[in-house]
Amino acid sequence: MSPDKLIYMANQIGKFFSAQRHDQAVAGIADHLAKFWDPSMRKKILAHLEHGGEGLDPLVKEAVQKLGMMNFSRTDVVAGSAASVANS
Amino acid sequence: MSLINEVDYGTPASRSEKLVTLTIDGVEVRAPEGTSIMRAAMEMGTEIPKLCANDMLEPFGSCRLCLVEIEGRNGTPASCTTPVAPGMVVKTQTERLKALRKGVMELYISDHPLDCLTCAANGDCELQTQAGAVGLRQVRYGYEGANHFDEVKDESNPYFTYDPTKCIVCNRCVRACEEVQGTFALTIDGRGFKSRVAPGQDEPFFESECVSCGACVQACPTATLSEKSLISIGQPEHSAVTTCAYCGVGCTFKAEMRGEELVRMVPFKDGKANHGHSCVKGRFAWGYATHKERILSPMIRAKVSDPWREVSWEEAINHAASEFKRIQATYGKRSVGGITSSRCTNEETYLVQKLIRGAFGNNNVDTCARVCHSPTGYGLKTAFGTSAGTQDFDSVEDSDVILVIGANPTDGHPVFGSRMKKRLRQGAKLIVIDPRRIDLVRTPHVKADYHLALQPGTNVAILTAIAHVIVTEGLVNEAFVRERCDAEEFQDWAAFVSEPRHSPEEVAKVAGVPAELIRAAARLYATGGNAAIYYGLGVTEHSQGSTTVLAIANLALATGNLGRPGVGVNPLRGQNNVQGACDMGSFPHEFAGYRHVSDDTARAIYEGVWGVALDNEPGLRIPNMLDSAVEGTFKGIYIQGEDILQSDPDTHHVAAGLAAMECVVVQDLFLNETANYAHVFLPGSTFLEKDGTFTNAERRIQRVRKVMSPKNGFGDWEITVALSNALGFPMNYAHPSEIMDEIARTTPSFAGVSYARLDEAGSVQWPCNEAHPDGTPIMHIGGFASGKGKFVLTEYVATDERTGPRFPLLLTTGRILSHYNVGAQTRRTENVAWHPEDLLEIHPHDAEQRGVRDGEWVKLHSRAGETTLRALVTDRVAPGVVYTTFHHPTTQANVVTTDFSDWATNCPEFKVTAVQISRSNGPSDWQEQYREQAEQSRRIVHSIEAAE
Repeated sequence: MSPDKLIYMANQIGKFFSAQRHDQAVAGIADHLAKFWDPSMRKKILAHLEHGGEGLDPLVKEAVQKLGMMNFSRTDVVAGSAASVANS
Repeated sequence: MSLINEVDYGTPASRSEKLVTLTIDGVEVRAPEGTSIMRAAMEMGTEIPKLCANDMLEPFGSCRLCLVEIEGRNGTPASCTTPVAPGMVVKTQTERLKALRKGVMELYISDHPLDCLTCAANGDCELQTQAGAVGLRQVRYGYEGANHFDEVKDESNPYFTYDPTKCIVCNRCVRACEEVQGTFALTIDGRGFKSRVAPGQDEPFFESECVSCGACVQACPTATLSEKSLISIGQPEHSAVTTCAYCGVGCTFKAEMRGEELVRMVPFKDGKANHGHSCVKGRFAWGYATHKERILSPMIRAKVSDPWREVSWEEAINHAASEFKRIQATYGKRSVGGITSSRCTNEETYLVQKLIRGAFGNNNVDTCARVCHSPTGYGLKTAFGTSAGTQDFDSVEDSDVILVIGANPTDGHPVFGSRMKKRLRQGAKLIVIDPRRIDLVRTPHVKADYHLALQPGTNVAILTAIAHVIVTEGLVNEAFVRERCDAEEFQDWAAFVSEPRHSPEEVAKVAGVPAELIRAAARLYATGGNAAIYYGLGVTEHSQGSTTVLAIANLALATGNLGRPGVGVNPLRGQNNVQGACDMGSFPHEFAGYRHVSDDTARAIYEGVWGVALDNEPGLRIPNMLDSAVEGTFKGIYIQGEDILQSDPDTHHVAAGLAAMECVVVQDLFLNETANYAHVFLPGSTFLEKDGTFTNAERRIQRVRKVMSPKNGFGDWEITVALSNALGFPMNYAHPSEIMDEIARTTPSFAGVSYARLDEAGSVQWPCNEAHPDGTPIMHIGGFASGKGKFVLTEYVATDERTGPRFPLLLTTGRILSHYNVGAQTRRTENVAWHPEDLLEIHPHDAEQRGVRDGEWVKLHSRAGETTLRALVTDRVAPGVVYTTFHHPTTQANVVTTDFSDWATNCPEFKVTAVQISRSNGPSDWQEQYREQAEQSRRIVHSIEAAE
């Protein structure tokens, strides 16, 4: 998926949470991305942030930073490996 | 197996809890107050002769056959219209009654053709039966007098005939149309001997306002109104109770059979969702099951430009499996996925997601709820802790105020729409929030108290303004909020909605609804008694779909309209098993029962039962899959029973995604539009050809029963099993009941569900488990699954799809009564007589500005694409808004819809597309090209030709 589309989607999520208190909103956006975005999409938005995160709304930037710091038991998958899937 | 004959008690059951004791034919009986003598007698097994009475209808007292004698009362009152009374002593059979009944029957028969042997109703004629019951042996008047034998049969309706020569003017059809359906299309024209049933203004049935629901046919005691299929085939000899495969109401029907041939579908009175009523689709539109275009042999092809080649099931399954394996080996485990179908059974849906999670080893599974009710799942789970509607359909009988937003029940959910209209005729108040003047706004004997004809895309603004009125005018149910909701969240929400920018006066500027109308609607909802909200895709298919669901939930919480009959939040699900498909783990982030894939406990359950390690990461949604395909990372898909090319937004993008894949497997009844891009076609089976269950909009799990062998050879569940086995992930089920047993074993909310339980109870509503052994008709009584009800702030964010000089009109799309979703089924029935093509509704003002006249071709043009269709000039839509349906692939309305979608779920914004309209000469170049491409794509080299 193109970064532009992901940025648009992330900002859309951000607009919903923006009515909430700041910390609640940041946590809400990060949680939403963690729960509903496929690891490849998360990986791309994290990579985009590493390159400055142009286009991301400030609240969303904070949330993506938080997402990057989340202690996933599934970080191997976020990093692009499917090692957690031991399907035959 | 035998024919199921339901008992007709003559009059409806009384809802009174007070019992009355009386004596009937020497036997002391007790009956609820308000029960008719006729019903009380039938309850004890005594059938009083009758013709005009039927327990679906209020008593009428016209046939004079059900007379009884009552001690201490003069005359011979009609037992249908006389209620039981304490101490009453009734005789149902005396010499006087016998003579009276015979006399009445003689008069009926003297004007009735005696062609019983060749009559379609032979063997199922109440006139015939009652003539026998009263002991009729002669007709003293003869048959030579004045009669109606020369009257002409009306065969205009595609599904039933009206033969006035056989009419006994019992009024049952007229009353059924009024009381059950609520259309008021029929009347008795003329007086005395000239009295005849007349549709509309004495027109042919087809030209009248009759909606062909079949209630009149069902009510008719003779062959006056008869199904054409019955006339053609003859009386059925056995039947099975099953569930309709159209819409989320989930009507129960008796499939009446002769051998393996379906004679007719008759609505089942004991059906808990429909109580014996039906609509034109479920009742009559099943001919697609034997349509000549149905594909019965598996087919494969190397390239989508090749013709199809018929192959054996083994070759097709092995080819599909080897392709998926090759793709995964080449591009990685996550390069494939699948789509489950809301038209398939729970068991089939469960198996498809199991195959994807277990055999593909990823969570790239999604379902068509993505494009309809995914925001419902998100919103209601957030607010109440459960991804489902709160009530059963019966709840509407206790509603005092009904708020309908973004739904058109009389077209989309017609059987429930009729029940809603009945409650409204009884006096419930109605608020409609919809850009269009849907039928409910003004229909016979129903008129909305308030119609908020808002600008498309402003739902959140309007609902927040209603909340503003409720909070600022002190209409909050504080006791409920204090007991059932989080206090801090409520305070935050109350402060938010109280801000002046959310006042009706401010919102009126963006939504186009007068402030006083918003205030009046809010006051009525909050103070009018039991208030229920019903909503549909006009809520969910927006960029703020999930926010709107949350705003609806906020209103119910603030006013305490939850947890009892008559209230609640009620999503009207589009397809028959949308609820079930969602329940069964069709979303990429959830297992069955809405447990996130990262939930270690839930994952361990499936890993234990399925014997594989499962991915703990959410997979791709349908639009993500298509985007990834265009990007080159998603290469193969297994699609069961869905037609995403026609149903999903931005057709060009969907086509590009499908075209970029190396293996598209479509399992369906017909070569649908998506199959134009398929490499493997696996022929599917109809709901008549397999066992299973569907779950309707009220969480009711109901049986689907096999009444004929699958014409393609296999039920869809068997095909998924074969594919999974070929992929090296064995599945072993001898019958769908075993799949349900596995669902029950692994899903807490389904723990008490089994085929044995369903056979015994008829249906159950989940949750059905140890805590709720009989299921849960109404949810959230006394508490929420998540503890406290959650108020959520609902900031209105205008859609990015904006009108402007190039695209000044707003297009909104929807459905029509006679068609279902992409029309794959209904277009292959006589229903096309009512709606042969999609039309563009346009306001007279907008039409005049563009020189467009009614019936003319117009070009519908958006940023995404263009198509042409004919105009229907009507003030049903507001100026600035146009509307069309998406039932016909020749129109492909989704060519013009965009890929804007709901922020939370990616549910497409079907309801708001900026467009322009201009005159046109006929189909566009794209439509012509598409037609040619589809024709090319559907070429088949049959196996015999291939062998030669």
